[in-house]
Amino acid sequence: MGLLSKKDAVLLTDPLADNNPITIQVLGICSALAITAELKASIVMAISVMFVLGLGNVVISLMRNIIPSKIRIIVQLIVVATLVIIVDLVLKAFAYELSKTLSVFVGLIITNCIIMGRFEAFALGNGPWRSFLDGIGNAVGYGVILIIVGFFRELLGSGTLLGFKVLGDPIEKTGLYAIGYENNGFMLLSPMALIVVGIIIWIQRSKNKSLIEEN
Amino acid sequence: MSKRTDSNGYTMVFAVVMVLIVGSLLAFLASSLKPTIKENERIEKQQNILYAMGVNENDESSANFVSTSIAGEEFSKYIKKQIVIEGDKVSESDDAYLIDVKKQQANAKAGKVRKLPLFVGEKDGKTYYVAPIRGKGLWDAIWGYVSMDENMIVQGAYFDHKGETPGLGANIKQRYFMDDFIGEHLMTESGAFKGITVAKGNNDPKNEDKTDYEVDAIAGATITGDGISAMIKKDLALYVPYFKNLKK
Repeated sequence: MGLLSKKDAVLLTDPLADNNPITIQVLGICSALAITAELKASIVMAISVMFVLGLGNVVISLMRNIIPSKIRIIVQLIVVATLVIIVDLVLKAFAYELSKTLSVFVGLIITNCIIMGRFEAFALGNGPWRSFLDGIGNAVGYGVILIIVGFFRELLGSGTLLGFKVLGDPIEKTGLYAIGYENNGFMLLSPMALIVVGIIIWIQRSKNKSLIEEN
Repeated sequence: MSKRTDSNGYTMVFAVVMVLIVGSLLAFLASSLKPTIKENERIEKQQNILYAMGVNENDESSANFVSTSIAGEEFSKYIKKQIVIEGDKVSESDDAYLIDVKKQQANAKAGKVRKLPLFVGEKDGKTYYVAPIRGKGLWDAIWGYVSMDENMIVQGAYFDHKGETPGLGANIKQRYFMDDFIGEHLMTESGAFKGITVAKGNNDPKNEDKTDYEVDAIAGATITGDGISAMIKKDLALYVPYFKNLKK
């Protein structure tokens, strides 16, 4: 037997497609709309969430037998807020440059429903190792969608990818811009993120009919 | 089945214990890391001021400060004078860069005299006057440092923010935005203060007209841009008397 049993591996792979947190569970939409105007921000957010969700799921899982059910949501909130604040403080002290980049994400992570959603739905009922895998799997599934949305929004909205001008210079009129192409400024605004997510959901469900709910 | 963890007593005890543990952990961490964080912030201020007067390690497109290890040295090498303006009084102080602009703005609002720090730097025989500015963006505070020559023509600018939207308002600290300010005039020919407006409309996207008192806005960051215009107009206007005196 390898490191992962089949049952465990499913925890990692399922959220990537058929149980994707954004497109199927519809969790984490708020941050998917807020920070996907640029590919770089999407990637940073994906990595941060992976860290917090992986660790948070383990902590909640370890505490699952002692958390009183009446106040479990508050306890979950405290755990995730504490984790994020500790990371923020440590970065501020020892990796100041990095903390400047990440500081705007701190609030978005604490209030990210994907984190509370996985704590509540998975970590409260499963062991630490499985919870860790579930956290990583869901964070990756979330990150993949974030990166796809970020890719299209940055490419069509600003004509750049990770800040590089891949379509030419819109002001000097080189590349595609020479033949009359224009950036679509609307792509930079949140409504277009929702539409891009909608298109992804549409494509995914038309490929896999079993995902479509019966009415 | 009723579990032990469902009882009210247990819930109360758990909540109290958890708050105590988390609270003391965070308090301990925050107070023990405070000196290191303060030091980082102090160095960053020096780096910001140096950046605005063109002492930086910029490559083609990204903004890079001088490295933290030499920031203090470079600061004392390039910054010749640190001035504090208090009403009509002008004094010098080596710690002027530590003046908290936010506190001073609050002082001004309360009717007290606001201390205005101004850093006089010299690089390649040219004199730079660097002033801090601070205002409100969309979500939280934005601030920056603007360096000017004696005619209040902008020589460089650095902007930063606490929590603007990544990819939109957060881009005020990108080179393509900050560099647009270089060369812009703050005063009209007749000597009235006009400031610089972050403007939509793209009349001058290549930013060739330096006396239009406008720079090109960032798409999707209207309110952050307005915040920049406002803090430039409000905070830099306070330095006008000093610059007028300078010329006499």
